[in-house]
Amino acid sequence: MTEMRMRDAIREAMREEMLRDDRVFLMGEDIGAYGGSYACTRGLLDEFGPERVRDTPISESGIVGAGVGAALAGFIPMVEIMTINFSLVALDQIVNNASKLHYMSGGQVNVPLVLRMASGGGSQLGATHSHSLEGMFAHFPGLTVVCPAFPGDAKGLLKRSFREPNPVVFIEHTALYGARGEVPDDPDHLVEFGQAATVRSGKDVTLVGYSGSVHQCYRAADMLAEEHGLTADVIDLRTIRPLDMSSVIRSVRRTNRAVVVEDDWKFGGFAGEIAAQIMERAFDWLDAPVARVAGKDVPMPYNRNLEYAALPSEEDVVEAVLSML
Amino acid sequence: MSVGQAIPTMVGEPPDDELQQRFLYEMLLIRRFEEKCAEMYTRGKIRGFLHLYTGEEACAVGAINALRDDDKIVTHYRDHGHALARGVEPNRIMAELFARVGGTNEGRGGSMHIFDVSKNFLGGYAIVAGHMPIAVGLGLAANLSDEDWAALCIFGDGGVGEGEFHEALNLAAIWKLPVVWFCENNGYGMGVPFDDSLANDVYKIAAAYQMPSVRIDGMDVLEVYSATQLALAHVREGNGPYFIEALTYRYRGHSMADPELYRTKAEVEEYRKRDAIERLKRSMIADGLIDEPTYQALVAQVDAEVDEAVAFADASPEPGLHTLYDHITKEYEGESG
Ligand SMILES: Cc1ncc(C[n+]2csc(CCOP(=O)(O)OP(=O)(O)O)c2C)c(N)n1
Ligand SMILES: [Mg+2]
Repeated sequence: MTEMRMRDAIREAMREEMLRDDRVFLMGEDIGAYGGSYACTRGLLDEFGPERVRDTPISESGIVGAGVGAALAGFIPMVEIMTINFSLVALDQIVNNASKLHYMSGGQVNVPLVLRMASGGGSQLGATHSHSLEGMFAHFPGLTVVCPAFPGDAKGLLKRSFREPNPVVFIEHTALYGARGEVPDDPDHLVEFGQAATVRSGKDVTLVGYSGSVHQCYRAADMLAEEHGLTADVIDLRTIRPLDMSSVIRSVRRTNRAVVVEDDWKFGGFAGEIAAQIMERAFDWLDAPVARVAGKDVPMPYNRNLEYAALPSEEDVVEAVLSML
Repeated sequence: MSVGQAIPTMVGEPPDDELQQRFLYEMLLIRRFEEKCAEMYTRGKIRGFLHLYTGEEACAVGAINALRDDDKIVTHYRDHGHALARGVEPNRIMAELFARVGGTNEGRGGSMHIFDVSKNFLGGYAIVAGHMPIAVGLGLAANLSDEDWAALCIFGDGGVGEGEFHEALNLAAIWKLPVVWFCENNGYGMGVPFDDSLANDVYKIAAAYQMPSVRIDGMDVLEVYSATQLALAHVREGNGPYFIEALTYRYRGHSMADPELYRTKAEVEEYRKRDAIERLKRSMIADGLIDEPTYQALVAQVDAEVDEAVAFADASPEPGLHTLYDHITKEYEGESG
């Protein structure tokens, strides 16, 4: 184990996979000399050269589509989309091509493409630059959606993504790039998709999160223990498609209460999917309706206080738990 | 709407007699196949959107015959003609249109999404210009693997208005990719004349991306073939992409649902006078390559093939409901890869 920051774990994963398999190459806006807008590719241009670490014009649809094409021709491209906000102009390629070609072709072709993108608000970047669209991508059959919360998982999941024969949307929370954690040194350490991690165990409530919201759940669990004498299971979904509902259900059947936490808007969001599945599979075990703690239903404001109010917080999680007792 | 004067191109290798026979056969096969599709659509055997290719046969046959087997093709939704010209079995195309297990895509794709990987036919794409970035990726793959195969990307004049067209041409140009862009300018994007929707001629727009760009007569199969040969030689030598605008015309409506309110019957008749099949037939008769009886025999042969395709499609079963979830994702086989 080595302690490292999330961005370094992500870089290590890409580096190891490039060393391991020469079909892997990277492309994206400013991933070369600039080192990536979140510094995830720093140093890789020097190590692998401009053919395999390819700077691109600002053409999200073009470069994602190019990734699809190269994948069809036997390569394993990683396309970095600077932030998830700009994935919106590449949706045609992601949704109409990457996610569907295997199915539509009757299984003749497959698209081993890794799309990395940074997500999340909290940096006063305003409404166009603060989206959390993980749930939107999870909506599409054919995509795998990975949302790591810890550096060790980020490395194992990203390496696993490069081995996947289908398109993977790998979403990194901007607030976590500097977060530190233990990362396995073993270059063969992979984290399997569809396996949630119980990062903390308790008996009074199940807190479910992914990516940044896992940390809010974790801090809320601390507060519940210290201030209210309550203990919580904290479940880190790690991938939201495939979704490990079994772990969630097992926990809820024990704790009889659940709060689902995410940054994305509550209305039509992914937390609603989890809440519905809990209702379908653990209704008789519930002592209270499943609660959702999520983003407020507004475009993200620029003002710091307003932005803070629009995002979910650990206090909101604690409050939701207390209101179900 | 006027198609304007074709710019004469330099000619590559003139097609020999045998190749001309093949062009005639393939254009006829496409023509009769498409006419049969229209009939099958009215009989309810083919459902969904059906975009037919009659009138444009010279484009598919000329361009695709210039390819090598290892070159890769992506095209738009008006794709039966391209698949047939690439040698995809008519039986399997028809079965796909009938949505049967024996279809190219096992009944998952339909008319607009024909795939046949064994022929390097990497798909019909139904989002206008959505396949153009994919062609960039194919070209990139060819370059990264140091192989000299090329990608042929076929699309309509309507695609030129899409952002993906411009992103794709720019990327192919700056990375010097072996992509031949082939625009089938049939005069209309659905019912809108192309000169009402574009600020400049298609081949001039493409030329702004610093690649050779020619406008050719897309109703002359020999010219299409020569122009595509030249284009392929150019891209294979590492000179970057090449653009061809082929002026052509579709005889039928945009799709089977089109009431054709935007053009006159007289206009269609005018273009039928320049029919690519008739034109090749005349010149082959003049050159003594065929005569009327051999031509009629060829038509009969093609019709028999098309009937056989219908019989094959009809006999092929529908996919079982238990296969609904097949092929959503390819199975991960662990640590082999
Ligand atoms: C992005 C997108 N917008 C609109 C459509 C609907 N549509 C299908 S075909 C077509 C016209 C395309 O014309 P053109 O590219 O010239 O091809 P043609 O049909 O003439 O062969 C339109 C508007 C679509 N499929 N995709
Ligand atoms: Mg058109």
